[in-house]
Amino acid sequence: MSSIILRSVSLVSEQIVDLLITDGRITAIGRDLPSAEIEINCEGLLLLPGFVDLHTHLREPGKENAETVLTGSQSAVRGGFTAISAMANTFPVADTAGVVEQVWRLGKSAGLCDVYPIGAVSEGLEGNKLAEIGAMADSIANVRIFSDDGKCVSDPLLMRRALEYVKRFGGVIAQHAQDPRLTINAQMNEGSTASELGLTGWPAVAEESIIARDILLANTVSSRLHICHVSTKGSVEILRWAKSQGMNVTAEVTPHHLILTEELAKSYDPIFKVNPPLRTQEDVIALREALADGIIDVVATDHAPHPQEDKDCEWSAAAFGMVGLETAFSILVTTMIETGLMGWDRMIEVLSTAPAKIAGYSDQGQSIEVGAFANLVIVDPKAEWVVDREMMASKSRNTPFHGMSLRGEVVHTIYRGAVVLQDRKLTGAVHG
Amino acid sequence: MSMVLDGAEITRSLKRISHEIIERNHGVDSVVLMGIPTRGATLAKRLAEMISDIESPISWGTLDITLHRDDLRLRAPRALVETVLPLGGIEGREVVLIDDVLFSGRTIRAALDALGELGRPRSVQLAVLVDRGHRELPIRADYVGKNIPTSLKETVKVYLTEVDGRESVEIEAGRL
Amino acid sequence: MKHLLSINDLSREEAIAILDTASQLETLTQGNMKKLPTLRGYTVVNLFFEDSTRTRLSFDAAAKRLSADVTNFATKGSSVSKGESLKDTAQTLQAMGADAMVIRHSASGAAVRLAESGWVDAHIINAGDGTHEHPTQALLDAFTIRKHLVDQERDFHGVRVAIVGDITHSRVARSNILLLKKLGAKVTVIAPPTLIPVGIEAWGVDYSYDFDRELEEFDVVMMLRVQLERMNEAYFPNGREYSRAYGLDDLRLNRLKKSAIVMHPGPMNRGLEISASSADSIRSVVLEQVTNGVLVRMAVLYRLLGGPELLNTGGSL
Repeated sequence: MSSIILRSVSLVSEQIVDLLITDGRITAIGRDLPSAEIEINCEGLLLLPGFVDLHTHLREPGKENAETVLTGSQSAVRGGFTAISAMANTFPVADTAGVVEQVWRLGKSAGLCDVYPIGAVSEGLEGNKLAEIGAMADSIANVRIFSDDGKCVSDPLLMRRALEYVKRFGGVIAQHAQDPRLTINAQMNEGSTASELGLTGWPAVAEESIIARDILLANTVSSRLHICHVSTKGSVEILRWAKSQGMNVTAEVTPHHLILTEELAKSYDPIFKVNPPLRTQEDVIALREALADGIIDVVATDHAPHPQEDKDCEWSAAAFGMVGLETAFSILVTTMIETGLMGWDRMIEVLSTAPAKIAGYSDQGQSIEVGAFANLVIVDPKAEWVVDREMMASKSRNTPFHGMSLRGEVVHTIYRGAVVLQDRKLTGAVHG
Repeated sequence: MSMVLDGAEITRSLKRISHEIIERNHGVDSVVLMGIPTRGATLAKRLAEMISDIESPISWGTLDITLHRDDLRLRAPRALVETVLPLGGIEGREVVLIDDVLFSGRTIRAALDALGELGRPRSVQLAVLVDRGHRELPIRADYVGKNIPTSLKETVKVYLTEVDGRESVEIEAGRL
Repeated sequence: MKHLLSINDLSREEAIAILDTASQLETLTQGNMKKLPTLRGYTVVNLFFEDSTRTRLSFDAAAKRLSADVTNFATKGSSVSKGESLKDTAQTLQAMGADAMVIRHSASGAAVRLAESGWVDAHIINAGDGTHEHPTQALLDAFTIRKHLVDQERDFHGVRVAIVGDITHSRVARSNILLLKKLGAKVTVIAPPTLIPVGIEAWGVDYSYDFDRELEEFDVVMMLRVQLERMNEAYFPNGREYSRAYGLDDLRLNRLKKSAIVMHPGPMNRGLEISASSADSIRSVVLEQVTNGVLVRMAVLYRLLGGPELLNTGGSL
């Protein structure tokens, strides 16, 4: 394999170095290193470990018109991700070894980033019967995260058994916290805005009550719980309490919940329809603070591509979800770095090291040092750019950020030593 | 801008029209006046007063034609004005329609339609303060205060004290 | 004003202008219901994705009385099925030529979506969207109230209106609250706590769980239709209990102010939210609401479909 040199790249320690990559690993870091086959001038750019997403909807198999493993991988690379986690709510559902292995193989053949399948907790995501969790764990896909995301595991007994069952191989249950009875036909955050718009409310308590229950369940059975897309201030308070008690729970927040609020629903444009829904400014502030101070462990995109017809309709008929891989980093720079809420060290944690650790992706989220896997992203931390949905690599266009000006831009992405994104463009190079 | 009638001339024209109405109808026993708002209604009131002084009391009303116009696509919607029937109605009467300026004739066409909704007069006559020409329909006035030849680019403005606080008829060069 | 999607689209002056136009239309059409030629050559499409014979007939009559051509499109039952695309239907009808579209839809925001998505360029009139708004109903209700209670100055100040029933799911209540507040009336909404919208504090109205508390104070009592399905969603135990606490029965009817009027947007559930004798009493203006509906909708069509404000063209045409 070829050798690559990153010339004059900045580290978060503010050092400026040259970095040599050979055979997929970092082989030298220093000043004035001799030239290599591929030379990339990184003056003024910042080097970070490749990002890791714990929550990606790739839609394949079943809804290839919205996204495929390949286009999702391309979108990931554009966003600086070197590992993504494919949610189980495909058609068929990823509830057997067969389906997770298929996704895993599609990820390998795309060769742009690690694609780790997430397995379903229950058969068909129906919440009645455990899926073949053990078989998925033992498969070639080596599944460690299980989630019914899109639906909540609402039956407390099933949730308890799932938490217990994954202990055999150190797995984790990622819960989509949404009490289904409290959110029948829910369309947006419950509150005066929803009442004014005549849209059925999705109350915060429907998320918070499940989080509280599951934290207690996980603690009872000494297992690991991960909370998907935390969206309310109350959830943050519950997590704060659980962590203060030393309980084994981790949590993610999406980029969109760090920047957008329910006010956007006033347009009735379903581009802003997402689950959990956009909340209030107060929630946004609480989530940002929680991410900065470690109550929330990671940022996960909940990248949810949808074809145009699923958004080109009235609000209640539209699908929930937003694409997010290609804007995640910039949203974080805009909301967390530019505001001074957190520094670059914390950025590395929330986008790379912490998610890699939660998921057990040992090749990812490594420190930038000699011998580490070359899963890297080089960003321009100061660049200002305007989101253009037509420029996205994702097959879908449902970004709520179209036309928005953001800070911080992904410039190059290196996956296991292959330059898969160079100067903001997909190179066509693949690994393997 | 040039003035074509001053206050005194307007009054003189109206007086003449009053006499003509009386003469043509052999008195005013069966005549009612219907003014087209806004300024046509003002003129109707004045004519009614003059005729009452000269001959005998005559009743008058107003006729809103807004909803009978055929040019809604070209104009902003207007507040509607009340249509007031003269005492005794219009059924079987000689109705004299009164307006300030006669131009294309479309207002009068709309007024005839509107009048048709209210009843069936024995005859309909038309009195205008100014006839500026450029008719687009086969309509003519029975009583005219003053004929003023104009170009299509010009605008004829009628100012009446009750509405505008001053009294004159003026021609303005139109904007191109 | 290009569209009428929400009462929020209207300034106080515009709302009053619509009511005034309706009054003048009433005088104009008094005794004879002949057509006016105003909208000759215009096409008005009634786009009804939800059953509502009353509202459709009312819009139909309004458009026809102004000589517009009317096309009716109606689809049965709920339309939120994927097969029935709002966009495709609207664009199809637009292609046939539509100056205005009157839309009724079970999804809140459907009218806003149609107006603002760029799918069609017709004027859009919201004839009820989900549990959001029903602006022409509010206008006809205000028109009715004005005729009965408000003096010549046309001022709603001091008029007290009670809106009673399922506020949470009522587009009639939302539009009425917005309009009556705009016009200066004082609104109190009355319902069991389960049917008072979350966050009502932000609406700038009084609310109460007790129908009997200020009953003698109201000038207008507007009863809302109660949907019995709500029982299954645990909003209230059963019709009997609802009726006892929130129904306008004969006892409550007799306690109303002498001048008070009783309103209902229809269709009524007699014996549930309103007793038969309340519905038929001299205070009831329910049928008048229907008549006024046509006048108000004529006024809305006229004011919406007019061309742009031109520079002074001078004199008469």
